[in-house]
Amino acid sequence: MAERLVYADNAATTSTSPAVLEAMMPYLTEVYGNPSSLHQKGRIAKAAITEAREKIASLLNCKPNEIYFTASGSEADNWAIKGIAYAMKNRGRHIISTKIEHHAVLHALESLEKEGFEVTYLDTDSEGRVTPEQVAAAVRIDTILVEVMYANNEIGTIEPIREIAAAVKEKNPKTLVFTDAVQAVGAIPINIAELGVDMLSLSGHKIHAPKGIGALYIRNGVRINNLIDGGGQERSRRGGTENVPYIVGLAKALEDAVGGLDEGKRVEAMRDRLIDAITAIPHTRLNGPKEGRLPGNVNVSFEFIEGESLLLLLDMAGICASTGSACSSSSLEPSHVLLAIGVPVEQAHGSLRLSISRDTTDADIDYILEKLPPIVERLRAMSPLYNG
Amino acid sequence: MYSEKVMDHFANPRNVGEIENADAVGEVGNATCGDIMRMYLKINENEVIEDVKFKTFGCGAAIATSSMATELIKGKTVEEALKLTNKAVIEALDGLPPQKIHCSVLAEEAVKEAIANYYDKKGIAHDLRKGGCAGHCSSCTKHQ
Repeated sequence: MAERLVYADNAATTSTSPAVLEAMMPYLTEVYGNPSSLHQKGRIAKAAITEAREKIASLLNCKPNEIYFTASGSEADNWAIKGIAYAMKNRGRHIISTKIEHHAVLHALESLEKEGFEVTYLDTDSEGRVTPEQVAAAVRIDTILVEVMYANNEIGTIEPIREIAAAVKEKNPKTLVFTDAVQAVGAIPINIAELGVDMLSLSGHKIHAPKGIGALYIRNGVRINNLIDGGGQERSRRGGTENVPYIVGLAKALEDAVGGLDEGKRVEAMRDRLIDAITAIPHTRLNGPKEGRLPGNVNVSFEFIEGESLLLLLDMAGICASTGSACSSSSLEPSHVLLAIGVPVEQAHGSLRLSISRDTTDADIDYILEKLPPIVERLRAMSPLYNG
Repeated sequence: MYSEKVMDHFANPRNVGEIENADAVGEVGNATCGDIMRMYLKINENEVIEDVKFKTFGCGAAIATSSMATELIKGKTVEEALKLTNKAVIEALDGLPPQKIHCSVLAEEAVKEAIANYYDKKGIAHDLRKGGCAGHCSSCTKHQ
């Protein structure tokens, strides 16, 4: 058994906070009514959803009727992309996105390509950034949608979404702008009214709510097709009986995350301590930017070693992390994000992502910094590529 | 996902290192594919593999299969070592996940490559290099 357990994979998922679970409990037990029912059990459940929607809208600065609950961030991404594509296909079939998007976006776009839509995948710079000028230059008369992620899940790069939205609208006011903000919401301040986007997706389990709940902001007036047809739920735009406890949990989680954004400074300081100490190890590179990076994201590549073996040894030492190495994925492809920012394939294999959260303590950072360097050295000593 | 045997050979690999003045050295794989194995052999006048060491860049399964392959050929004659198959390595490790089978192939190839190097040095004709990279990984464009 390891001396300590340090969970540093918060970009994959977070713990459900006790406060969130507590807020959810009544709706997992006595308040089991269907919100569509007219009787009191239903009315109480309906009121809980209304309250949650209002809370989320107020935290993100949009209108309550612009928030639609989904079963995941992936569903919200798929809905935004496919819903717009199908609704707008008679106006145009061109969509713009980037090479570093989450698979929920990339694979949704690939599926549209098979149906005859044309997608431009923008390159990024070596830190994973796209510029507003670059996006605007790609916008055409038949561009129906631009999607750029708010912040990257692997390397933490925060994109200039507000400037991108403005540049797109200036070039073609009819082009809709969608941002996948799954990694950004709750981690950095977000004000939808100021942002100028038409749609924004978010997910609960990245902000200490449970898995299985997400939301899509759709600006009033945007014409979008349904992804899931059903009863009249979510203003007839998303069928399926509402997941009342999880909706309540999402609202509570967002409230706590936004209320605790000051915590971001503490998380950022821990992140920088990790980055400074780890990049001091020879033959190590930081992937992603130093500035304009998610508070909890660290992504580094160690030359001469492979990420899966690094993860396994870290796991034995009680540290949970992730890698962009091909060998840890079923696809056997190294991270498309690392390749897109120009990391050589062999260094993409040797990448490590540590993602911390407000749960992380200074003692956790000390522990990572105590355990990681000898593990890297041990694997390097075993590597035929290393002559150190 | 890995058996206890794999984890044991990964966490406590046998025969890691180099042999100075080795009688044979073989290296297979490439960094782009994510795994490289280099094997060193010390072979005596009776063609017995007296010592074997390896260095591997790769995932847990790559390290474990290298370790197991060295154990399986240590003390064997060159001829016996040539009979080592990737299947034997998998069995000795109590199985490998499907996407890691190529690591056992690489371990078999590393042994064959080292012996090919030994035969080359001795001027013995052989056809041990007919296999080569089997294209199990999709990282390189060699097979697309």
